[in-house]
Amino acid sequence: MSTSSREMTAKLSLVDRLRQGPQTDLSAWATVMAAALIWLALWGQLQGFANWLSYQVLGLAEGSHLGESVAFFLYDVPKILLLLSGMIFLVSTVRTFFSVERTRQLLGGKREGVGNVLAALLGVVTPFCSCSAVPLFIGFVESGIPLGVTFSFLIATPMVNEIALVMLFGLFGWKIAGLYMGTGLLVAVVAGFFIGRVPNVERGVEDFVWQISMGQAALQEAKPSWRERFTKAWQSTREIVGKVWLYVVIGIAVGAGIHGYVPAGALADILGKEAWWSVPAGVILGIPMYSNAAGIIPVVHALMEKGAALGTVLAFMMSVVALSLPEMIILRRVLKPRLIATFVAIVGVGIIFTGYLFNFVL
Amino acid sequence: MIIKILGTGCANCQKAKALAASVVAELGLDAVVEEVTDIPAIMSYGVMSTPGIVIDEKLVGYGGVPTREQMIQLLQQAGA
Repeated sequence: MSTSSREMTAKLSLVDRLRQGPQTDLSAWATVMAAALIWLALWGQLQGFANWLSYQVLGLAEGSHLGESVAFFLYDVPKILLLLSGMIFLVSTVRTFFSVERTRQLLGGKREGVGNVLAALLGVVTPFCSCSAVPLFIGFVESGIPLGVTFSFLIATPMVNEIALVMLFGLFGWKIAGLYMGTGLLVAVVAGFFIGRVPNVERGVEDFVWQISMGQAALQEAKPSWRERFTKAWQSTREIVGKVWLYVVIGIAVGAGIHGYVPAGALADILGKEAWWSVPAGVILGIPMYSNAAGIIPVVHALMEKGAALGTVLAFMMSVVALSLPEMIILRRVLKPRLIATFVAIVGVGIIFTGYLFNFVL
Repeated sequence: MIIKILGTGCANCQKAKALAASVVAELGLDAVVEEVTDIPAIMSYGVMSTPGIVIDEKLVGYGGVPTREQMIQLLQQAGA
């Protein structure tokens, strides 16, 4: 078997080599650097490209409703897609240094409080797919990590995700992206802490969970090379961008329509600071929306231009990503309905509180 | 040999299963590919991040879909 595979390697043509990508750490770094330069060059051309395309090629009038909307769309779509690919690649590379198994070790034996903070932070950088939420939950509980700490992890993971952060950064700027990240982490820490304090919270976990005896994953994890890290990061970048690009395009198209056609201030009455009920309404509305997180931020951005308040908008977004129906259905396999209700209530209150805070303090 | 793909039915678990089956066919191995979706069974291998890959009751990988070359290597090592 090994001789035949060696012969195959010898017969590799140049095309095959190109298709396989870089073979050494050095060439992998060179490839990433070259890609970064191309990325920067493209970044510099965005506005000029959008204006040229909408006003010269399409011949739209500058300042017209349609012209404004189209130019806005043609600028934002490539900008966000470029930002997304770059940022996801970066985050994915960082994530190759972490794993769920290591996170579990790091959290083991931590007290509540410190544990909640650490869990929320690790939730951001640990590579984790919500489809593994059940084995992860059992694994955490099994190794004695307190329930509240486990919840801090489970809340932070979807809430502070790179897609939401990139969209916020690209459309709202770094201040609001940072604000979102900070308050998202805070909600995860505090809500997790309170869930852990609920009397008899353990009884809300399905009984079979306590009976599972977990094996030891006796897998020698070899330290991956840079080439392997970059390859893996590139894989997940392609996968994630492939999954969300359409939502981004549709979201920006709707946002561009609002940008060009809805008069400024039109929404101040229903989504502005004065409408106190808009914060809880936004949180409830956000629960059934999930997969559209990438598409919702551009719409929300346009709404804010027309008078929606920042806190209302942030609360809505947090609810979209952190309180999702699909995730609750997954968690239902290990949690009794009572604990799911507790989880939704505590996280929901945390988000509503954050929304009011921004509406009234800022 | 028996190849088990541990997973809760997620997209990546399906991908890992399809990849294993196609590599088995390509290398002409005498092997069956099974899917394990039972949570306690998955946990008994100590796997928290799916998909996990078990060859003849030995855990050889978890937390993602291996590349084709990695899968070929895993199966060749186990078969040798």
